[in-house]
Amino acid sequence: MIGRSLNHGSYWVLIAPAVVLMVVFYVFPLLQVLWISVTEPTFGFGNYEELFTNSFLHRIWRTTAFICGITTALTVVLGYVVAYAMAHVREQQMTAMMFCILLTFWLSVLIRAFAWVMLLRTEGMINNALMFIGAIDDPLRLSRNQFGVIVGMVHFMLPLAILPIYANLRGISQSYVAAARGLGGSGFQAFRMIYLPLSKPGIIAATILVFVFSLGFFITPAILGGGRVVMVSEYIRVAFEETLLWGKATMLSSTLLFGVFLLLAIVSRFVNLRRVFGAT
Amino acid sequence: MTEARLTFGRCMVLGLAWTILGFLVLPMVVIFPVSLTDQYYLSLPQESLSLEHYVKFFTNEIWLSATGQSFIIATCSTIAAVILGTLCAIGCWRISSRASEAVRAFMLLPIIVPTVVQALALYRFWIDLRIVDTYFGVILAHTLICIPYVVITVSASLANFDLRVEQAARNLGASVSQTIRMVVVPQIMPGILSGAIFAFTISFDEIVTVLFITSRHIYTLPKRIWNGIQDHLDPTIAAVATLLIVVTLLLLLAELWLRKRRDAARANR
Repeated sequence: MIGRSLNHGSYWVLIAPAVVLMVVFYVFPLLQVLWISVTEPTFGFGNYEELFTNSFLHRIWRTTAFICGITTALTVVLGYVVAYAMAHVREQQMTAMMFCILLTFWLSVLIRAFAWVMLLRTEGMINNALMFIGAIDDPLRLSRNQFGVIVGMVHFMLPLAILPIYANLRGISQSYVAAARGLGGSGFQAFRMIYLPLSKPGIIAATILVFVFSLGFFITPAILGGGRVVMVSEYIRVAFEETLLWGKATMLSSTLLFGVFLLLAIVSRFVNLRRVFGAT
Repeated sequence: MTEARLTFGRCMVLGLAWTILGFLVLPMVVIFPVSLTDQYYLSLPQESLSLEHYVKFFTNEIWLSATGQSFIIATCSTIAAVILGTLCAIGCWRISSRASEAVRAFMLLPIIVPTVVQALALYRFWIDLRIVDTYFGVILAHTLICIPYVVITVSASLANFDLRVEQAARNLGASVSQTIRMVVVPQIMPGILSGAIFAFTISFDEIVTVLFITSRHIYTLPKRIWNGIQDHLDPTIAAVATLLIVVTLLLLLAELWLRKRRDAARANR
């Protein structure tokens, strides 16, 4: 028994360097942000008062919530379709589909945003193509607005939705659907009453992942919004970089951080989060 | 009748799925022709194909030094993250108690914290440490960001590894460090390499934190691209992007190969 615990002691030594590094250089700075948010410029919750009184901030939070909500809904629906197809095609086609998804997943977010700018801007490829075939006379405004931001964000988030949904769908036995059909249900009924409820864990996991990641998303909104669609994360950068308002920037950061953890705490009651984040 | 409708439904779903996948790969597909444009602005090739933007990339001091800096930073962060993350994952796996499970969840923190919040926090602390705009500062930040991905991939590999093999080595008199070096690590090598590829990609592409914690000295490739997109859309960016797509493709293929080996190891058990 003693040997066993000694044994474990030496294994804690392996864990220690990473944990110490993380606590000192990651957790401590985060706590410092929380601390600054209640001490700069004066001690107290003065910065947080602005959350309720400042109508400009209200607008930013509304924009953030709106864009994240739409992005999440679109991503999960589109992701479900792809995951459903993947779970129902032959191995070879599945591999091809998976390859498209993984390649996108791995590609730098900056490059993807750049490509979307190229496609969506006023003199971009989509407008040029539409004008060439005569579908439109004047270019459409596709970027530097919410539309562009949502397109870019859905594109970024899709792999994050498809992968957990697919992992879930792959585990659903086809015999349930077959049984429902055999008992006289139509194809659609079998899907709606049997298959869809069984895929709920995957859908929930994808929804959380996408929503949480959208909340703090920075690059795509900054590039495709062209400064016109200001979400919280971009505003934090503005508050700190252009106006040096540390109190405000840290207050917004802390609120965002609390928001994310609160969301995760709520959903962890329903879903195994460690599985969602791939750490089983 | 039902059968026909079913097939119709299937075709619809399949068609829709491939349309969405087309949407996914579209940006990658359009970058390539643009990078070959003969114009000095961002457009499709007008009269002929040209490699001038690739030449510009390979002869321009600014682009080359940015690539070099990114390479140095990504390599150092990957090495640090792989060592720390692998040891941590092995420790958690071996102890496998409630506390070690909590540690493993805790190590995922950098994935969960919104990037801007993380960047602001690190910047603030890096000022106090006087490591803003230094290689060391960026490498430290990227190591922290990459550790979770190594922990995840190595843990996945360890899940397939029989704990008794490790115990046998210990019982036969091997020390902890000998056991890890000679028994555990060789077994989970595919997982470690996967983690390394992940870490390298993440560090090489990381932009938000770099934007906060660097100013004039450190100019990584993503930072150059970011500035390029903000200033004027130069076709050189399309050439850089194409090169990065090719590199990503190669890294992904390497990772898939490693994953196959990992699955084969699982099947052998």
